[in-house]
Amino acid sequence: MSAAPSLDATFAALADPTRRAILARLASGEASVLELAKPFDMSQPAVSKHLKVLERAGLISRGREAQRRPSRLEARPLAEATAWLADFHKFWERNFRNLDDLLEELKSEEAGKRRTSRQRRRK
Amino acid sequence: MNPSGTFTITTSGEREIIMTREFNAPRKMVFETLTKPEYVKRWLLGPEGWTMPICEIDLRVGGTYRYVWRHTAKGTEMGLHGVFREIAPPERLVHTEQFDQPWYPGEAVVTYTLKERDGRTTMTCAMLYDSRETRDTVLKSGMERGVMVSYDRLDQILSEFPAR
Repeated sequence: MSAAPSLDATFAALADPTRRAILARLASGEASVLELAKPFDMSQPAVSKHLKVLERAGLISRGREAQRRPSRLEARPLAEATAWLADFHKFWERNFRNLDDLLEELKSEEAGKRRTSRQRRRK
Repeated sequence: MNPSGTFTITTSGEREIIMTREFNAPRKMVFETLTKPEYVKRWLLGPEGWTMPICEIDLRVGGTYRYVWRHTAKGTEMGLHGVFREIAPPERLVHTEQFDQPWYPGEAVVTYTLKERDGRTTMTCAMLYDSRETRDTVLKSGMERGVMVSYDRLDQILSEFPAR
């Protein structure tokens, strides 16, 4: 068995919107380079390049038929990578929501202070 | 209600995690919430059930900070400390970061960059680790699972270990 692709390769592969779109397309079934090139309005070599990156990252596998070589989604590595990210995201999003609340509070405090000093000046 | 904007997490190079989050407040205010103890202890809390009873910040280059979190129900504690390397309010803050009971080797260098536009602030937080392995460990741990839950689990394992 080959070594698991590094997380780096996985995230680098997922960072590109075209590659994410290709994965989304493959989620509904395998497809050849030709079948992928059409809806994305891309040349076949360009699609092949993206597929190579996805394959290296372990996110897809490719069939052996010489002509079609259909690509199919490898669901597990994708699920793992997104689960890691989701956990990390959840942890920080919780903190950042707290920070949102705190900032709202500080803003209204500051607005309150401005109001009082204006009223004082008027008196 | 969530008045904030987008939140993204990406990796950069081999050793870095980069988080970007938008806040609906001027950056001067955001900078204060990153550096004043009375504010930090109100938001940097992690999962449900944790509070930050100790939050000490000596905000000067070479100065240290120390945070201690406590799980209120279980009494578990976790500490984090580091040294400030750059302080440039309201746009940049750099400090090191190390857990009291290290669960990854070495120390991380954390760089906050704050950019303001129309009263909103985009905060970028870059976390640079000693190696790719460490960075991936941190990312895989999801922080929540890796740090806070594993300490709970460790307590459990230790309590099940037969006393001699």
